[in-house]
Amino acid sequence: MNLTMALVVAVLYSIGCYLLMQRSLMRVLLGIVVLGHGSNLLLQLVGGPPGRPALVGHAPPEAMSDPLPQAMALTAIVITFALSTFLLALAYRSWTLLGHDEVRDDVEDRRIRRLERRLVESEEDSAEDAEPEPEQREATR
Amino acid sequence: MNPLQSALVALPVLLPLAAAGMSLALGRYADVQRLLGIGVLTANIVDALVLLDLADRGAPVVLHLGGWPPSVGIALVADRLAALLLLVSSVVMLAVLLYSIGQRVADYGRSRSSTTFHPMYLMLCAGVSLAYLTGDLFNLFVAFEIMLSSSYVLITRRTNAERVRAGMTYTIVSLVSSLLFITVIALVYAATGTVNLADLGRRVATLPSGLQVALGLLVVVVFGVKSAMVPLHFWLPDSYPTAPAPVTAVFAGLLTKVGVYALIRTQTLVFTHETTWVLMLAVAALTMLVGALGALAQNDLNRVLSFLLVSHIGYMLFGLGVYDAAGLTGVILYVIHHITVQATLFLVSGLITRHTGTVALSRMGGMARAKPLVAVLFALPALSLAGIPPFSGFVAKLALLRAGAGAGQWLAFATTAVVVLTSLLTLYAMARVWTRAFWGQVRAPEVDPDPDDELVIGTRSTSRPMVAASLVLVTATVAIAVLAGPLSAISGRAASDIMSGRNYTAAVLGGAHE
Repeated sequence: MNLTMALVVAVLYSIGCYLLMQRSLMRVLLGIVVLGHGSNLLLQLVGGPPGRPALVGHAPPEAMSDPLPQAMALTAIVITFALSTFLLALAYRSWTLLGHDEVRDDVEDRRIRRLERRLVESEEDSAEDAEPEPEQREATR
Repeated sequence: MNPLQSALVALPVLLPLAAAGMSLALGRYADVQRLLGIGVLTANIVDALVLLDLADRGAPVVLHLGGWPPSVGIALVADRLAALLLLVSSVVMLAVLLYSIGQRVADYGRSRSSTTFHPMYLMLCAGVSLAYLTGDLFNLFVAFEIMLSSSYVLITRRTNAERVRAGMTYTIVSLVSSLLFITVIALVYAATGTVNLADLGRRVATLPSGLQVALGLLVVVVFGVKSAMVPLHFWLPDSYPTAPAPVTAVFAGLLTKVGVYALIRTQTLVFTHETTWVLMLAVAALTMLVGALGALAQNDLNRVLSFLLVSHIGYMLFGLGVYDAAGLTGVILYVIHHITVQATLFLVSGLITRHTGTVALSRMGGMARAKPLVAVLFALPALSLAGIPPFSGFVAKLALLRAGAGAGQWLAFATTAVVVLTSLLTLYAMARVWTRAFWGQVRAPEVDPDPDDELVIGTRSTSRPMVAASLVLVTATVAIAVLAGPLSAISGRAASDIMSGRNYTAAVLGGAHE
């Protein structure tokens, strides 16, 4: 594997991982696509240096490139392509249903935040008259 | 090897795949579609029985696809472990299919067919079978993708706003772990020049030890996400409970266990360890505790069961961490027990929520008086999961505890203590469900908030096939306990097989590479 290709793979992986950690669903999706390209390229490159096509009779076996990683990369490309399409459809569905494009906190995090808010409210209750603001915020969510 | 015997190895993959296509084409004929599904899964059970018998009598049954020589082509291998798990999975898949057919008939009538469910379910079945049987790392990736792609469709079918995000989380997490899997395959190929598992076993052993450890850990992370080991479990309790009961049952029963199976296979055949595997023991203890404590904090019945599922993945990891024949015997017994019991619990949870109209434990009550049969159907697998004798969980846990006590290493002893503690916590979580849902005042069922979604909770009607399918699985869990002797004998043979790995390697590679 030459240095240029190694660098390309590294850049694709880092961009992919960076995008995966974003809040917006579309960016997460792009992250998966870029990461998929990175891993497919890596799979392609592990077969060794480029050579002649692996067709019997066209080139001596020593000059041929290793066909196995190419076959595997082809399979992996098809799979990642199909699943990216599926994810796009799912993202569109989620957008039409929810009207926004943000990854939500998971259920337990939301529960803990609710508990904490309730705790803060009850403390405020005992100290002075409760402010109506936190309840309103709860209702709008 | 007899070519007829070899052909049997391909059937559990080919039959469901072909049937999935036919099922899609026959989408308009509901009854034909149902019969096709039941027929294929029954054939799978018979085939798995024959394979188990063949593998137990002699060497593993091997099929080289396309006649390519080993380590160039893909090999399908049915050894004792693969055939045993294939058998249990096929039984569970058939029972769940019967349940879902019953549910569909009860809700929409007999003539209304479902175009996507049956084909996708059969695809899932093909993927699970291929994951058990394949002897090739890249083919294992393909098997996971077949299985997961159909699970994406099943979990996101007819979603509403609440469920679409859960399905999204599930899909993205699984996809990222699959991309990591491709990366691992690429790195393994770069290091060794093969993806054949049997061949890898030899070649990895010649690599520098640092490289071996790094590759081994990457593999653990990949299958750790798929099998929901803590701290890679976070996606499971958020996504599984949002699917309809039969889909959750089959996911909970099979998908995580396929991850555990892949972990066992790779860590015994390719990345071997000398003695007790300290990292895996620590992860196992963490998984057991986090899952069990998480289950205690939940009010949603399905979330309780999901957290318990995570917790009990820890038991299997514990046996793998002990890393001797006794430990692996325990793991195999535990996987068999857990596939059946966890699927049963989710099916019965489906029955419960149809009568209560809610999944919130705080709003249930009096089920024991209102529906005594459902109460019995819940109690048996619940006690079994907690490991109360004489149920199947007891047999499996006993094997694990004995392995842990015999390991002679302080961390193994500590983790054995965690195993006992987690059993008690499981019992407590189950008792909590029991007192809230089954005891107390009989409550009127709640109105289904959204009758259009596929979840169909709270229709007050359960058809006979649904109860019958649950009953079949409960009987299966009891049968596992009754057949504990022969089962643990064959698990022991399977465990010593995979510990030595010689039979597997010899059967796949033959004399060519000796």
